[in-house]
Amino acid sequence: MGKITPEDVEQVAELAQLTLDDDEKRRLAEDMGAIFSYLDKLNDLNTDHTEPMMHVLDMINVYRDDEVKPSLTREEAFQNAPQTDGEYFLVPKILEG
Amino acid sequence: MSREWYQLTAFALREAVRNGETSAVEVTQSYLDRIQSVDGKVGAYVEVWDAHALQQAEKIDARLKRGEDAGPLAGVPVGLKDVFCTKQGTTTCCSKVLKGYRSPFDATVVERLEAAGGIFLGKLNMDEFAMGASTENSAVQVTRNPWNLDYVPGGSSGGSAAAIAASECALALGSDTGGSIRQPAAYCGCVGMKPTYGRVPRHGVVAFASSLDQAGPLTRDVRDMALALNVLCGQDPRDSTASPVQVPDFARALRDDVSDITIGLPREYFTDALADDVRARVESAVIVLRGQGARIVDVSLPHTDYAAAVYFIICCAEASANLARFDGVRYGHRSANASDVRDMYVNSKSETLGAEVKRRLLMGTHVLSVGHYDAYYLKALKVRTLIRQDFEKAFERCDLLLTPTSPTPAFKLGRKTAEPVEMYQSDIHTVSANLAGIPAMSVPCGLTGSGLPVGLQLMGRPFDEEILLRAGYTYEQHRDVDMGVPGIG
Repeated sequence: MGKITPEDVEQVAELAQLTLDDDEKRRLAEDMGAIFSYLDKLNDLNTDHTEPMMHVLDMINVYRDDEVKPSLTREEAFQNAPQTDGEYFLVPKILEG
Repeated sequence: MSREWYQLTAFALREAVRNGETSAVEVTQSYLDRIQSVDGKVGAYVEVWDAHALQQAEKIDARLKRGEDAGPLAGVPVGLKDVFCTKQGTTTCCSKVLKGYRSPFDATVVERLEAAGGIFLGKLNMDEFAMGASTENSAVQVTRNPWNLDYVPGGSSGGSAAAIAASECALALGSDTGGSIRQPAAYCGCVGMKPTYGRVPRHGVVAFASSLDQAGPLTRDVRDMALALNVLCGQDPRDSTASPVQVPDFARALRDDVSDITIGLPREYFTDALADDVRARVESAVIVLRGQGARIVDVSLPHTDYAAAVYFIICCAEASANLARFDGVRYGHRSANASDVRDMYVNSKSETLGAEVKRRLLMGTHVLSVGHYDAYYLKALKVRTLIRQDFEKAFERCDLLLTPTSPTPAFKLGRKTAEPVEMYQSDIHTVSANLAGIPAMSVPCGLTGSGLPVGLQLMGRPFDEEILLRAGYTYEQHRDVDMGVPGIG
């Protein structure tokens, strides 16, 4: 991986849904450059015939009966909500018109 | 009595409360007074629940008075890392994005501790979302190492380790994604265990990297560790990764005998990077165990040098998915500066998350993005397989592995905050156990010349916490140094 520029950082930030000021972009470009050159050591290893580990435990799927059980009340579910009308979470308008 | 209650182990307190020598209220008050007198210097607690703790203690005392069994931790004061959801107080992961968040439910481990008679003293400081190795990434406050207040307590469970070291709780709960229980335990001179992945339910433990996260206790000695594990371990219908493997009575593992145990020393953990004091103390511990009859063999874990890179890729990738939930919709901070939904998502996170968290979210997003997924994320998953295979091969030759928990003792506050790669490397001895899912425990093994604790790490086969307890317990009985207690200065 080559050098990371503040523009690269901005592009990843867009994907990560973060916004950064110029100072943050500059610092993160430096940090990420250093981190990636450290990570690139993995390329020394040949893993052509190695399976990726998807789960550390050899567990099979876990099933349970589909029973109705008590869950959070509306009051509890809304107690930390930034904005609600008592029935729904409210967010800024998504669709125009 | 000349000793104060706060100086006793959890086991001794439980016994003293049970046989009527003291009451849960008296013990709790002793700890609250202790917090009052030392926490201004240490900074372990982000919230102290005085009134709630005394109420819990009164209930325990009332049950004991009625002749009921109040549980295996009856009257034992417990501190909780702020990563655990609690109905009492707030749960913030020491992040501004969750400031004021009140959980509508208790984590399974919190429920289990309470049902066992534990008394909660409050919430303990941590690196924001458990990302860090010094607790300096907390958005709330600095925690200092009780052995030397100019030094970090380690992280991310730095508040938990400092609280145990400073006798501000008898038992602390931490979480360990890449060493976050064991490294601070080593830096602060306490016992800390990351159990096997799946041993302890993760329901209600705010997720950082779900394939690596595991909750576990920090304690003063190995007996207390067994006591805590008996309460915490076991299946949970609310966490499908919590293992159905039978949970033994861990107290039965507290046997002063290692004569039938073979201990492997992985040569990759004894390199030139080790601080001299750390090497000397750990080698001395090996001599103690050999003297008790353990067979010592040299082994190799050839992919050790790659573990930190693999760990970093996987933890960042998983964190970038897990932390997407802090979008300002259902809980947490919502930006006042948002005219549309996209702005709300972006600004709510960007205004509140700290530099380290942002760095990891960006790294995680990057390694999962088109064009980089194969080169980084998939590659890391493959090398993770190689790392696990290293352990499987090593455990054909020995029953457990012994290493230094961290290559150095605690470092000074502020010393590594500007050097992320250097900070990540303080985890190089601990991340492999998370990647392989195996249990690992740090046990204090002496002090450096300047009086900072050193920890040795024991790693075992999956679901064999017992052998770690047995070896750790035996070592404690014959430790060639007196750890003493920190002077908090």
